[in-house]
Amino acid sequence: MRAVAEHLPLGAAGAPAAAASHRWYPAGTHITIRGLTKRFGDAAVYEDFDLDIPHGRITSVFGPNGCGKSTLINMISGILPYDGGQILFEGKTARETRIGYVFQNYREAVFPWMRAIDNIRYPLQYLGIGKGEREEKMDRLMQSFDVKLDLSRYPYQMSGGQQQLVSIMRALVVDPEVLFLDEPFSALDYEMVMFLRERLQKVLVERKVTTMLVSHDLDEAVLLADHVLLLTKRPTRVADNLPFDAPRPRTAATTVAPLFIDVKTRALEIFQREVRK
Amino acid sequence: MTAARWASRARPLVGIAVLVGLWGFVHAIKAVDPVLLPSPLEAMQAFARGIAEGTLWGDFQKTIVRTLVSFGIALAIAVPLGIVLGSNSRIYESIEFAIDFFRSTPASAMFPLFLVLFGVGEKTKIAVAAFGAALAILFNVAYGVMSARKQRQLAARVMGAPGWRVLTDVTLLESMPQVFVGMRSGVSIALVIVIVAEMFIGSTDGLGQRIMNAQTIFDMPDMYASIFAAGLLGYVMNLVFLVAERRFVHWGGR
Repeated sequence: MRAVAEHLPLGAAGAPAAAASHRWYPAGTHITIRGLTKRFGDAAVYEDFDLDIPHGRITSVFGPNGCGKSTLINMISGILPYDGGQILFEGKTARETRIGYVFQNYREAVFPWMRAIDNIRYPLQYLGIGKGEREEKMDRLMQSFDVKLDLSRYPYQMSGGQQQLVSIMRALVVDPEVLFLDEPFSALDYEMVMFLRERLQKVLVERKVTTMLVSHDLDEAVLLADHVLLLTKRPTRVADNLPFDAPRPRTAATTVAPLFIDVKTRALEIFQREVRK
Repeated sequence: MTAARWASRARPLVGIAVLVGLWGFVHAIKAVDPVLLPSPLEAMQAFARGIAEGTLWGDFQKTIVRTLVSFGIALAIAVPLGIVLGSNSRIYESIEFAIDFFRSTPASAMFPLFLVLFGVGEKTKIAVAAFGAALAILFNVAYGVMSARKQRQLAARVMGAPGWRVLTDVTLLESMPQVFVGMRSGVSIALVIVIVAEMFIGSTDGLGQRIMNAQTIFDMPDMYASIFAAGLLGYVMNLVFLVAERRFVHWGGR
């Protein structure tokens, strides 16, 4: 995890990086990405990439296969080092920020040696808060999610959807400043997906968590998003950033409303244009 | 309980029954000199007598203690070392060849060396057995730590766990199934070496020495009884580790 050490906060950055960093960001920005560079071998996935992620909104990331959607959120969340540039959360590094991360592969994300409830409780110990406050956060989470599920079971005694629910609750219990979701619903049955989307939206809107969602499903990307970030093929650029402000909670009914169809159609046009390039 | 269920319960015993039956048959038709091959019953009686009133139980205990002491020493050395090796690929790469070489060297070939180092006595037996067991454990622990899948470590990391907590909370637990593989092979190596050492390195007690003695004085029932005792010991130790693993690594394979 060298990324953290290599990338100094604003002001301390070297002269060449600083030159690229002087781009103003709009009010209400939470995450600023400047001059981000990432190579796999000789191929540059990101080259001098700039992006602003707004505060307290849900941003979906959508783009052609292999354009580095997951790579992007992994670099931002600090689990993947990058070769150049700077990523800051209102001036802080990823390590200094409370982050929740939900992996696509829930089976290898939850800890099978702990009961579900202990999995959810696990990250609280790293917040440096007292026992009372920890319990308070647990209670609040339990209330928000209101799950009728025996959480004293071990993850391997649960269905895939229930394990992903545990994983989502674990990410949210710390009241994250930023939540990252990497295709969180892609391996689950539809009934579970609907349930998880509903609960997740409720909590995210309630708590105004800045969220980045990677999805390979355009319907889902648009449905959950305040902004749909469309990426190009490699080297990756921002193709467009479409706002979608249908009222919440958004349900299956939202997907047949004209506004949704309109945004999705535009996103699809941009996507197809980029794929053909 | 139905007949079918009884049959499925009894199935694992079929092999033993066939073997003992064959043994009894060979003995009955005197295909082998009865002095060399006593009947199964005689061997069983020798075992029961040896345990109840003779010295078999004492030798049994000696071998158990030696095996467990060498295993304990091996564990205390190999587990911490294995963790260090497994979590640091540079150290591992630099001594992988050396470990692999010694692991492939029969531990019994090291007897003369250890005799020079530790003299004729208890220490040498335990040292060689611990050496053999430690290499097996070391290799498996290092391998387990190294091949622990990365995603849970990343998950702990992103939740704010410092490096050493990722190791204790995630990596070590991920590597537990492999650690148990190492412990099982370690304890069986320790037993093999202890028995051989008891046979050939000036021993006055222990199952190995007893088997040798019985053979020398042609007390065949006692020899078979002692061989059976050694087999039983190996089997039970393996079983204990399997049960412990199932208890402790309850998530394994699921």
